[in-house]
Amino acid sequence: MRRVAAIQAIYPELERSVVVTIMGAVAAELQSIGHRPNFFYLQHAMGLASSVGLGLALARPELPVVVLDGDGSLLMNLGGLTTLARYRPRNLVHVVFDNESLLSVGGFPTATSTGSDLAAIAKGAGVPRTATVGTLEELRGAFVAAQGAGELTTLVAKVEAVGPAGYVTDLTLLENRFQFARHLKERLRKE
Amino acid sequence: MPVSVSASTQVYRGLKEAGVRIVSALPETWLVHLIRMAEDDPEMTLVRLAKEEEGVGISTGAHLAGVPSVMLMQNHGFLAAINGIVSCGQLYRIPLLMLISQRGSFGERDPWQTEGGGVTEHVLDALRIPFDRLDSPAHVEKRIAKAQTLAHSASRPVALLLCRDLMWED
Repeated sequence: MRRVAAIQAIYPELERSVVVTIMGAVAAELQSIGHRPNFFYLQHAMGLASSVGLGLALARPELPVVVLDGDGSLLMNLGGLTTLARYRPRNLVHVVFDNESLLSVGGFPTATSTGSDLAAIAKGAGVPRTATVGTLEELRGAFVAAQGAGELTTLVAKVEAVGPAGYVTDLTLLENRFQFARHLKERLRKE
Repeated sequence: MPVSVSASTQVYRGLKEAGVRIVSALPETWLVHLIRMAEDDPEMTLVRLAKEEEGVGISTGAHLAGVPSVMLMQNHGFLAAINGIVSCGQLYRIPLLMLISQRGSFGERDPWQTEGGGVTEHVLDALRIPFDRLDSPAHVEKRIAKAQTLAHSASRPVALLLCRDLMWED
């Protein structure tokens, strides 16, 4: 499964969610499918996308929050999984694209290439729903089920180690950040 | 325990007056009363962290969602959180409000705390993070309010150092 196809498979559900992504390929691929004001791309601070998602989910429990994480990023903040599990927000779905490598910095293998199992780690941390998926159909089914379950879910999607040609897009970081905050403010006003 | 209850109460009051609704924290001796106050307060969400850097992400998410928050940590926790502060808080102009217990200053008896105290203010300066000290009951609430005001007007992280003269009753 290619990650860009995986993102495409869940894109219809992302349209109504509040989405936080990690840097690099995931951000560029989601933007290539179509940027929306409810998408925030954390273009650095590796590991913190799941913590940003937790902050959003706790601050606005009525919003469906989705974090698009990666193996390299999550490995930098495994402790954060225990914090996610501790507060287990019902409105958070945590997707981890696991390509077993640090693709954007030369493709060096991560520990998931030598047997570390992120879904098992999430489960061990106390995340109530976890799964590993390997096909687009499985991913889409598991993602829709997770959003409907109303329980914190970590989905590990095994993907190929291929990405876009470049990572810099014409959406500047601060433009994205202020647009996202304004979107959430407007949404609060309307609801 | 000679951590000042009255000073902690004042600090907590300052945070409430600043509209803080989410507290992220990693326990340390000087913060025990503050953490308990957050835990006992039905209006407050306390997030207990595994590592301080997570607090940067939580406060970022909370801010983007329109909810004021504070990060409570020891200065060694601040040192552990620096990449997140720079590459999330500063890069994305997030008004993080950081309350940092300034361990390792004059009067410190724990040998293991003595290095952090000497570098904390220099590191804050190097990062160009505006900071002030909370070292007397006379100005606690006022300085918290002012710190919060600058954080929002500048859209940048700010820090307040919880100092021994305020927090500790020898």
